[in-house]
Amino acid sequence: MPLDIFSHTFPNGLTLVAERLPHVRSAAFTLTLPAGSAQDPEPRLGIANLLSELVVRGAGPLSSEALATALDNLGLDRSESVGLYNARFRGVGLGTNLLPALEIYADVVRRPHLPDDELDPVRALALQDLRGLEDDPPSRLMVELYRHAYPAPLGNDHRGTEETLSAITIDDVRAHHAATYRPKGAILAVAGDVQWDALLDGVGHLFGDWQGAADTSLCFGPTPGRRAHLTRDVEETQIALSCPAVPFTDPDYYAAQGAVGVLSGGMSSRLFTEIREKEGLCYSVSASYQTLKDRAVVLAYAGSVNDKAQRTLDLLLRELGKLREGVTQDEVDRVIVTLKTSQIFQQESTSARANSLASDWFYLGRVRPFEEIRAQIEALTPAKIVAYCERHPLRDFVVATLGPAPLDVPADA
Amino acid sequence: MPFHTHTLPNGLTLVGEESPAARSVALGFFTRTGARDERPEEAGVSHFLEHMVFKGTERRSALEVNLDFDRVGADYNAYTSEENTVFHAAVLPEYLPQVIDVLADILRPSLREEDFAPEKKVILTEIAKYEDQPGHVLYERCRALHFGPHKLGNSVLGTAASITALTRDQMAAYFDRRYVPSNIAVVVTGRFDWDRVVGLVSDRCGGWPAGDAPRDGVGETRGACEFAVVPTSKWQQEYQMSMLAAPPTESRLRYAADLLATVIGDDPGGRLYWELIDPGLAEGADMGYQECEGAGVYYVNVVGEPATAQRCLDTVRAVLAQVQAESITAEELEQARSKVLSRLVRSAERPKGRLSAVAYAWIYQKQLRGLDDELAAFRAVTLADVRTLLDRYPLTGATTVALGPLEKLDRT
Repeated sequence: MPLDIFSHTFPNGLTLVAERLPHVRSAAFTLTLPAGSAQDPEPRLGIANLLSELVVRGAGPLSSEALATALDNLGLDRSESVGLYNARFRGVGLGTNLLPALEIYADVVRRPHLPDDELDPVRALALQDLRGLEDDPPSRLMVELYRHAYPAPLGNDHRGTEETLSAITIDDVRAHHAATYRPKGAILAVAGDVQWDALLDGVGHLFGDWQGAADTSLCFGPTPGRRAHLTRDVEETQIALSCPAVPFTDPDYYAAQGAVGVLSGGMSSRLFTEIREKEGLCYSVSASYQTLKDRAVVLAYAGSVNDKAQRTLDLLLRELGKLREGVTQDEVDRVIVTLKTSQIFQQESTSARANSLASDWFYLGRVRPFEEIRAQIEALTPAKIVAYCERHPLRDFVVATLGPAPLDVPADA
Repeated sequence: MPFHTHTLPNGLTLVGEESPAARSVALGFFTRTGARDERPEEAGVSHFLEHMVFKGTERRSALEVNLDFDRVGADYNAYTSEENTVFHAAVLPEYLPQVIDVLADILRPSLREEDFAPEKKVILTEIAKYEDQPGHVLYERCRALHFGPHKLGNSVLGTAASITALTRDQMAAYFDRRYVPSNIAVVVTGRFDWDRVVGLVSDRCGGWPAGDAPRDGVGETRGACEFAVVPTSKWQQEYQMSMLAAPPTESRLRYAADLLATVIGDDPGGRLYWELIDPGLAEGADMGYQECEGAGVYYVNVVGEPATAQRCLDTVRAVLAQVQAESITAEELEQARSKVLSRLVRSAERPKGRLSAVAYAWIYQKQLRGLDDELAAFRAVTLADVRTLLDRYPLTGATTVALGPLEKLDRT
């Protein structure tokens, strides 16, 4: 591994991975635990999310308010969130405050109070979040898209439903904590102004004697059909598409990113040029890539005034389908320089690096060295991207729309 | 000192802050013009012009502009506010000359009629997009009510009607009036060769004709202090915003204002967080501070279920009244300071993060302020300063707008 990247997996299965970044005073951490929403029992959807909010409301010797005050006094900007596989606790502040912050988070994840009287407020916030989602059309649409793009539980939203949230008891939450907040497969990634020896020692003391493994097996349900429409009275029709792609672990991953880059990497890319610049149909139009452990998707999104939405969808499908016909060297050169630049920008941000370290370790069990990523980017060619599109065609889309009226979608799209 | 400045004969100013250890460079053309500088018939022109700047010049078509940015891997964008229009890019240091070339070129846009019509459609679609966002709709309403005839109440986007009516010639006239070199600052942060930057900018921009772009309508305002409930069936949650007069950019109290807003409204940890979010009464509750030339504002935002909206409104009033009467504690000040200092340090670790800070210190105060200067300014704020701030800019007499299902809310 490169000189500035360190890792150690403790006997309990927790991995500490760290990167020293020069010329910075901050340090960021990303702590992931195998406690994601894919493990939510069907009648208790949303429980992982509730739990991630509850663990910070008092832990170890600190009450909820004392804990928040302590972290504020450390100047720590922080967040809790839940993805499909993991609960994630992130924080960033001055490097000198990292270990004191981690000491608090050790209590948060290992010894949370999970008090009775905090469940209703946290549940109320979760219910408010669901209501607020209805007021946010692009986000609402994406929830619908994922429900159709992946089978349950991968297609489930971490928020749960009003029904399932209302059914959750504090005993459910405590049991879920005991079952899922376990060190095996957990990752603590740190980047910035860090001293490895002190960090390893400190983390060993805080987490070394933690034991146990969560059940991370998944039982898949059916995938709904590939068409969805939500009727809403909005000014702008929302359109989202997805199609299968290769996951992060696949050697073709970079070619998939290359394809997305040609479509959407900058303002000279195909979607922006053809759909926004030339026809003025959209303000927002883009493509992106999203990966899970064993599968992934290419996504496309556009927001269009209602009477232009059909044309927008037609052009989106046209451009996605056209990619396999050819890609120019100039397009690939632009993608390469953009990806290389993004890589450097990521090195400038301690929190971006902490997230990347955690993500690499979660999917690959190692950290990809800077030079390895750079070499893969530089090796992209038009032929590789076209070959990727041959092997994994951009078709058989899930199409989800939100607007006053559904759109015509070709049966073979 | 890592700072450099240079002014061209035509009045264009260059400002640079060097960080030799940085891996990238950020560059911006900051034009001191925005919604507040528009005449009523020009509503939305600053923002529409911002778009048109990317649509081509004598040397470049719109596509060539975008190609030239993408060919150097630039992370680029632009924004328009009530008083500034900014075109910025971050690149690897070896590509800075190309980025200067493109930015300097597009700042003299051709404004071709054949590009104007399609881009007008994009602006209209952007307006439609924001019409679906309750936070934005509320912001526009509350600003308009708070500021009244004061020019800071002008809408950045304009309206569908004003944009539809706008002509290419009106935009060109606005451009000639506002985009004069003395009204533009070119700011660069990160790793760069200053002499090279000055040479390139002089070469590309030195020939721009000089001129003046005075700004009128600059002055403080207490705001309307009015209350409006806007019922709509469009959204499920109730969205409330309050605005209050706060220090302008010229005031040394702006550091205290920033800290005060953090104490009251930071999420998590502020007073509103503990009163409203922690018990689950509101989905969001925060306070921010925005300083403009001549006038500043505090914003207090609350989002939650209609059933708890009255209680939330009453709580906001009570918290503000209590702080007004008793100020904040020493502990609260220290906590807020810790958070703000930490955020400043982090932001400064990237050239892109320094660009606005350096630019606005120059544009507003004609000062060159490094990270340590900013940290020192925040460290210097005392409880006495906070009391002075509260006396001069009291937390009473807010302009409040509520938007959502409710027909009625009590003002108290």
